[in-house]
Amino acid sequence: MGKIKVVHYVNQFFAGIGGEEKADQVAFKQDGTMPIGAQLEKGMQAINPDVEFVGTIVCGDSYFNENLEKAKADILEMVKSYEPDLFIAGPAFNAGRYGVACGTITTEVQEQLGIPVLTGMYKENPGADMYKTKVYIVPTKDSAAGARDAIKKMAPLGVKLATGQEILASCIDNYMPNGIRKNFFETKRGSERAVEMMIKKLAGKEFVTEFPMPDFDRVDPNPAVKDMSKARIALVTSGGVVPKGNPDRIESSSASKYGEYSIAEFDDLTEATHETAHGGYDPVYCNQDSDRVLPVDVLREMEKAGRIGKLHEYFYTTTGNGTAVLNSVAFAKEFSQKLVAAGVDAVVLTST
Amino acid sequence: MNLKLELGYIKISDIQFSNESKVENGVLYVNPEDIINLVKEDENIASCAVDIARPGESIRITPVKDVIEPRVKVEGPGEIFPGVIGKVNRVGEGRTHVLKGAAVVTTGRIVGFQEGIIDMVGEGAKYTPFSQTLNLVLTMEPVDGLRPHEHEKALRFAGLKTAVFLGELGRNVEPDEIETFETLNVKEGIEKYPDLPRVAYVQMLQSQGLMHDTYVYGVDAKRTLSTIIMPTEIMDGAILSGNCVSSTDKNTTYHHLNNPVIHDLFKAHGKTLNFAGMIITNENVYLADKERSSDWASKLCQYLGVDGAIVSQEGFGNPDTDLIMNAKKIETVGVKTVIITDEYAGRDGRSQSLADADPLANAVVTGGNANMVIHLPKLDKVIGHINFVDTIAGGFDGSLHEDGTIECEVQIITGATNELGFSKLSAR
Amino acid sequence: MVKEIERAGIPVVHICTVTPISMTVGANRIVPAIAIPHPLGNPALSMEEEKVIRRKIVETSLQALETEVDKQTIFEVKY
Repeated sequence: MGKIKVVHYVNQFFAGIGGEEKADQVAFKQDGTMPIGAQLEKGMQAINPDVEFVGTIVCGDSYFNENLEKAKADILEMVKSYEPDLFIAGPAFNAGRYGVACGTITTEVQEQLGIPVLTGMYKENPGADMYKTKVYIVPTKDSAAGARDAIKKMAPLGVKLATGQEILASCIDNYMPNGIRKNFFETKRGSERAVEMMIKKLAGKEFVTEFPMPDFDRVDPNPAVKDMSKARIALVTSGGVVPKGNPDRIESSSASKYGEYSIAEFDDLTEATHETAHGGYDPVYCNQDSDRVLPVDVLREMEKAGRIGKLHEYFYTTTGNGTAVLNSVAFAKEFSQKLVAAGVDAVVLTST
Repeated sequence: MNLKLELGYIKISDIQFSNESKVENGVLYVNPEDIINLVKEDENIASCAVDIARPGESIRITPVKDVIEPRVKVEGPGEIFPGVIGKVNRVGEGRTHVLKGAAVVTTGRIVGFQEGIIDMVGEGAKYTPFSQTLNLVLTMEPVDGLRPHEHEKALRFAGLKTAVFLGELGRNVEPDEIETFETLNVKEGIEKYPDLPRVAYVQMLQSQGLMHDTYVYGVDAKRTLSTIIMPTEIMDGAILSGNCVSSTDKNTTYHHLNNPVIHDLFKAHGKTLNFAGMIITNENVYLADKERSSDWASKLCQYLGVDGAIVSQEGFGNPDTDLIMNAKKIETVGVKTVIITDEYAGRDGRSQSLADADPLANAVVTGGNANMVIHLPKLDKVIGHINFVDTIAGGFDGSLHEDGTIECEVQIITGATNELGFSKLSAR
Repeated sequence: MVKEIERAGIPVVHICTVTPISMTVGANRIVPAIAIPHPLGNPALSMEEEKVIRRKIVETSLQALETEVDKQTIFEVKY
């Protein structure tokens, strides 16, 4: 196997040019390594002797952030010129602008050049929250005194990335949790970990949750329906109502597809016509009478009575049970466009 | 008087068919006729086949209904599975013998979608604890026209009766090892360990419906209010599974009998903490029930005056809300929580793992992402019915390949992401 | 799902039993349902009685869609 080429990005300080007074340093490249790069190179070579740091790119933190577009474009060209297998920036420790620069430029290189990238910084560095879901960031101590520790973690991950090995869970390969959940086997069973976490929590010691609670985003409500008697109302359900026999074999759990079915010919859903594909709750009640989940009977009456304008011909259905949120998001995006195109004014969504 | 239970472990090294059912020199000998006669006492069961599946054998068992460990009460009041197989009588004291290493597994054409796979070898074996047990497998088919809930009940009872029958074979066998569990009353516990933090265990029981039920002393858990139970009662079968839901994170009866949270709290008891008591609460389908049950669970924690509570979930989806309500309300009364759950983060791991969330639930142990895709090899022998693989939870259209291999989500495996923390699978 | 429908510009009412989940995931118009296995029915009642309840839930949902809201709102059904 040939050389594994690495390009390294550092700021003016780690290039030995100077501190804050030299932060307006324009980006330049230089073959070979700077001191911290040399340590990183040594760390990686200890794992894989083919690693070679072919070039270093230096840029002042103020310059980068104040001339963002130009700096990004120039640095991309410099990286490209080396045709590297991996691009590493930092570690930035707790230097805020340096951290943001490392996050920005690694993201840019990954997206524009398709090269694996790696950076490192302190968890409270503003660059960490901004970029940890985009690129692999190794958590480091808050100052350069933690360089040895940072290199110990960055070197193995760098080698893995450069050689295309599978990246394991964040706690094994030492990167900041990036929102992609990966399974692995712990050394202790869950109950024992729970007891240990409890003892730490009670003692007021630091403990690490295995799953940090997420933030959910919000969407502003749409305006109300002005004239319901003229409105076209569509039914959508995550309760898995399907025509009898589940013709598209929608999965009972973890659905990989949604159903689109006509209800034009139905005034009432019955045991003979519809059932549920849902595995997550007792299916008996829905199988007996699917109106209990998808109220076609009542809406049909309301349509006849003029309470609503029209019950839309098609309903959309999936099983909410164990179905990945992003899957249901993708389904809903797709059928929402169909609903918009069909002139639907409002949706009644039922869940089980 | 304190509650003290001795578990006498009779280590089972093999199961073999024989003319006489007995335990001898660590071998469990089973006359299959004994089991078939016992099971067919129930006229709802039309047929029963008995197989043995040992660790390392090329055997796949599916769809799995329940797994049960054989136990027998040899001293003290009550019988195993009180209120169900045994009479209603307090259990959790005296001595109980355990056929350690053996298990009864029930299978057949089973109601509902959600039953799992146990592989005795290969990739799938890594994810189920029951690839490590010596399994006596009952494949049972019901009489025609049996209603789903009667079908479920028939299989549940058949499995429990078989486990009790096998357990009985260990009554007069000298155990290889004895472990003692003692629960002090509240006052004595405080006096004995004045400086240790007091920790409760809150176990959430699946109770969503006909096929999603758990029984406590024979009472359907969905008709219960949150209450206090002794941890040693669980070891005598006070709680058992009537569950057909998601095999990955439902608690089989075996899980209940060997509840790892109880065992690990006992291990730490008197050293780093004082295991002060156990509360059970349910996971019902009505919002009012969810509110009431979590109110009561938190109220009992508050009343016991514990410093911390470990909360374990069962199942997923809307029970995530029960879990979050429990965590939030227990934290709000000043008791620190650690919760045990599992995740449904999508096959690529990028989705929201839980259906509900709250910042107060800041200490979480996870049994891993149930959506992760795994590949199972073809195995030589299938016990049960392979043709359900595409439709049980974790399977999908085309999961079962023509060559006998299976591509599926890990949630298809019995016990893979167990939320009692029974296994080592986790995720970050 | 509810957010994607809203994002597409269509007002949506979410009928669900576990309203806290609906709040957490971010539905804007929420109507409480009966129970998870039968959100718009109750097998303990006769079919006629069930339909009365179902009609009330659906009517409340339509009223929710006719009501301007500026934040997440739960519309209680009057039984």
